[in-house]
Amino acid sequence: MTIKPEQLRFCESHEWAYVQGDVATVGISAFAVAELTDLVFMAMPKIGQKVSAGQEFGEVESVKAVSPMYSPVTGEVVDVNDPLANQLETLNSDPYDAGWIMKVKMSDPSELEKLLTWEAYQKQCGQS
Amino acid sequence: MSPQLASTPLHSWHQSHGARMAEFAGYEMPIQYEGIVAEHVATRTAAGLFDISHMGRLRFDGPRADQLLDHLLTRRVMDMQVGQVRYSLMCNEEGGILDDVLVSCLESPSGKVYFLLVVNAGNHAKIVQWIKPHLADFPDVEFFDATESTAMIAVQGPQAIEICKPLLPSNSISLGYYKAKVTDQMSKPCIVSRTGYTGEDGLELIVRKEDAPRVWENILMAGRNLGIKPAGLGARDTLRLEAGMPLYGHELDESINPLQAGLGFACNLSDRDFVGSKSLADIKANSPVATRVGLKLAGKRAARQGASVLDHDSRIIGAVTSGSFSPTLDCPIAMAYIHPDIAQSGAELQVDIRGSIVPATIVPLPFYKRTNTK
Repeated sequence: MTIKPEQLRFCESHEWAYVQGDVATVGISAFAVAELTDLVFMAMPKIGQKVSAGQEFGEVESVKAVSPMYSPVTGEVVDVNDPLANQLETLNSDPYDAGWIMKVKMSDPSELEKLLTWEAYQKQCGQS
Repeated sequence: MSPQLASTPLHSWHQSHGARMAEFAGYEMPIQYEGIVAEHVATRTAAGLFDISHMGRLRFDGPRADQLLDHLLTRRVMDMQVGQVRYSLMCNEEGGILDDVLVSCLESPSGKVYFLLVVNAGNHAKIVQWIKPHLADFPDVEFFDATESTAMIAVQGPQAIEICKPLLPSNSISLGYYKAKVTDQMSKPCIVSRTGYTGEDGLELIVRKEDAPRVWENILMAGRNLGIKPAGLGARDTLRLEAGMPLYGHELDESINPLQAGLGFACNLSDRDFVGSKSLADIKANSPVATRVGLKLAGKRAARQGASVLDHDSRIIGAVTSGSFSPTLDCPIAMAYIHPDIAQSGAELQVDIRGSIVPATIVPLPFYKRTNTK
């Protein structure tokens, strides 16, 4: 299965969400990965952790700087892509599929409406 | 970008070659082109080309220029011969570091001996102000700020000298380490200096600003088959950190004296009277305060400036001044100031990285030392 970015919703802070039923798979965008460059560390969330839309759930570190990652949705973390932490290069090659970070069981799916479409997100990145 | 930002003569080259630009010390400077690690590795294995035109270049002419600088610098200047370069600090009366500088003794083509002081971009205005009242005491010394009329380019790495061979007269290529010469590059005036801030062999060139883009392109062309890459300030920072070199604003500031910074070698205290010399003699005679050390950290996360260093009872014993992931050592490294009683190589400590306590070991500086010196 290949997820196309057109199927995703994005935060202005460069995280994406892919929704199947009441579960959102969350990752960071190719644009964010390219901007950060030289990733060396990711602080992963934990299964069972409560996350809130717009709140920090982890952080990603490049050689130069540390950047927080913000959850696009509110809910409970039900799965984490733990192997990713040791294979951060996956984020360069496949940020929208193998590079997923966590799956969140959403408590308020209406929040998805506030997220950007791929088209709107691309427009934002073009302007930044 | 703020309209007040200064730009170097190579600014449009950087922009048209995909550099990520950011403000540094009032200049819009290239932080990276391809990526920090790629540029870092190129400099360690082949060569990196750096625009360092933001550094301040101050010229002192006149028969007493050496006396003036000898009074201002911690390092002896009076005995400098034409062609010599020295690393020195400039201190205030209390012995606090105003800047770290390179001072060169040069001879112009017409046979005039003069001195060149290269200062940090962030301290440039402060140092010019600091020097002014001292210049008044030496009315026969002529001061000229050459920063805006020139550019400064560093070629660093094991292939740097080879790359510059076709571009410079042979007596510039054969310069010894920490030697400098006024020469020409393709019949245009150029100061060549066998110095750098990366831990690699290499040259730093000062050219007229109008010649800078051509010199830059010539070096890239000459090095294209030898692996040269343009490199930004991001790689310059990780390279100097691995080489254990202090950076003003991190390891050095006015609250730090050269002795605790581990720069006692750059202070000639005997038989000299310079600004700060009495304070430094007192400091040397008394027990030291916090001292600069190198740290290797466990895991992958880097400790950044300001992170606390803890002992095993979780007492704060110091703070990190610079930290990054080291591309060469493949682990996080940092420099820190810690209590001298604990500053022993091999000591096991901890660092607080935004709430996570990470094991760290004191290691000797530099973290990286080149082996390929010719």
